[in-house]
Amino acid sequence: MTIEVTDAQLVERCRAGDAEAWNELVDRFSRYVYAIAVRAFGLPKHDAEDVFQDVFARTFERLDSLRDDAAIKPWLAQMTRNACIDRLRSGARVQPVDEPVVEAYDSRLEQLDEALDVHEGLRTLSGDCREILERFFCLDESYRVIGEALDLPAGTVASRISRCLGKLREQLEGRNTSSTPSGGV
Amino acid sequence: MEPLHEERLAELLSALPTAPAAWVQAAKELPQARRQLDEIVELARADAEFRVQLIADLESALTSAGYEPGTALVQAVRARLPELG
Repeated sequence: MTIEVTDAQLVERCRAGDAEAWNELVDRFSRYVYAIAVRAFGLPKHDAEDVFQDVFARTFERLDSLRDDAAIKPWLAQMTRNACIDRLRSGARVQPVDEPVVEAYDSRLEQLDEALDVHEGLRTLSGDCREILERFFCLDESYRVIGEALDLPAGTVASRISRCLGKLREQLEGRNTSSTPSGGV
Repeated sequence: MEPLHEERLAELLSALPTAPAAWVQAAKELPQARRQLDEIVELARADAEFRVQLIADLESALTSAGYEPGTALVQAVRARLPELG
């Protein structure tokens, strides 16, 4: 088990110039920003990359203006949303961005928020569990590819994924029945 | 949150794909790039020859001046070039 650093603690350390904390912040939220750009707004890769870099550059520059350190996640979500809409508008040139695009985003963001909570739970698992779940679910690797990388038979890969999912579920259910350790919203 | 069936967990894990490693690395390099950017801009303002080199061939000029031309630094300097020209 790893000791969890809350979002607020992480932001405070970033503001103090802690380089490791900045790396951790990028690691913690990179999937979230990426998913908003590519999954919620469906931006093409080159636009998504611009948005991604722009959001983290603004985050670095404007961290002092964040009023509530624990609210980094919704702050990032709002900044990413605005950057995506700007990108869509600049691409559309004359026509305005359809309102349904923005409405669809709002419903997708709810799922992405939930997904980020699950990924935060993933961080508390052992390295072995984290790796195999990330390979299978996030990198979309097959049993065969994972088996070759980890030197495991395919059947063992399948059973380990199932076991690790069970551990993740226990971890998340434990969180939900106790106070939330993360400073996230 | 809906009940945490394993199928639901799998769906949520898949909902956040890993961001491309190069993008993440560039974002991590931002603090160092910003510090270096200030030095480079100052140097370019003081040294006309370096300024010309930067505009002509950004990455080579950075390397010659002892900087690693990573994505974050190159993008940051490129964004400031108009004010140096």
